[in-house]
Amino acid sequence: MALKFVTARCKGCGICAYFCPKKVLTVTELNKAAIAEGKENDCIECGQCEMRCPDYAIFVERGAK
Amino acid sequence: MKEALVEKYFRAGHLPHLWCPGCGNGTVLGAIVTAIDNRGIDKNDVAFISGIGCSSRSSGYVDFNTANTVHGRALPIATGLKMANPKLNVIVASGDGDCSAIGGNHLIHAARRNVDLTLIVFNNSIYGMTGGQYSPLTPVGSRATTAPYLTIEPAFDILDLARAAGATFTARATSYHVPLLTSVIEKGIAHKGFSVIEAVTACPTNFGRQNKIAAPALMMAWQRDHAVMKAKWDTMTDAEREGKFPVGVLSERNDVKEYTEAYDEIIRRAQGVSA
Repeated sequence: MALKFVTARCKGCGICAYFCPKKVLTVTELNKAAIAEGKENDCIECGQCEMRCPDYAIFVERGAK
Repeated sequence: MKEALVEKYFRAGHLPHLWCPGCGNGTVLGAIVTAIDNRGIDKNDVAFISGIGCSSRSSGYVDFNTANTVHGRALPIATGLKMANPKLNVIVASGDGDCSAIGGNHLIHAARRNVDLTLIVFNNSIYGMTGGQYSPLTPVGSRATTAPYLTIEPAFDILDLARAAGATFTARATSYHVPLLTSVIEKGIAHKGFSVIEAVTACPTNFGRQNKIAAPALMMAWQRDHAVMKAKWDTMTDAEREGKFPVGVLSERNDVKEYTEAYDEIIRRAQGVSA
């Protein structure tokens, strides 16, 4: 898995999901960012989520896939 | 921002921060920290001074020499600090209201003196912390708690104001354009003199909700769609510029003496040491 979530910091704003070019991310019913169903292998490690997350709650672990 | 930078520069146990879901302040603070790291400055050589307001809470989270000071008065305190220890890299975080209203006078005089400070104005177009009153940077025609029938006052362009008052470096970026924001902050820190960087950021809770764009991602998309790079801006007609704003380094000059250097010369002259 190329993405690391720090769930305790996530406030569910949805910025990561909106700007993800591959639609890998979603916001769950519990208001937390997560990988969308069926998208587990779609992350291209572009880092747009990590770059814009205002809560430092999502990180790309490059090459960890 | 990168996880390693969070671990290196943020005070342990202070996250999550207090900002609302989707508030752009966290992204702007991340860009400031990344810029400082890119410059390779030791964190003990950085002083991070803030005023009062949502944006000014930023100083509490980062492990530099920090002070969360008085409303509108971050610049005078930072000036004193810089005078006492000119080797420090002094970064000032302020909000649109803190900097242009309560501290408007301090802004123009810091600019006039050309003190070597890097001011980052977190412009979220509203007083967020106190419940959504309009500030001098709220766009005309916006709804605010103090303007239920929309604002009628034209907004300041904080960078035009700072430049006219004497600021020798002005730049703008947004919380959407993170690499650009990081880059202009780096240039502002490198600049010898008074640097002002306007970071356009979103307040979904108090600006967005009252102005019918409450989704944080949509406020960020608005920044993407309305910001124009300086090079393109310079080729646009007034009609094309309508509703848009320029981003990038907007002005830089190096022909004005920096204040602490001028002061040092005065001290030497008073002591009879030839310059």
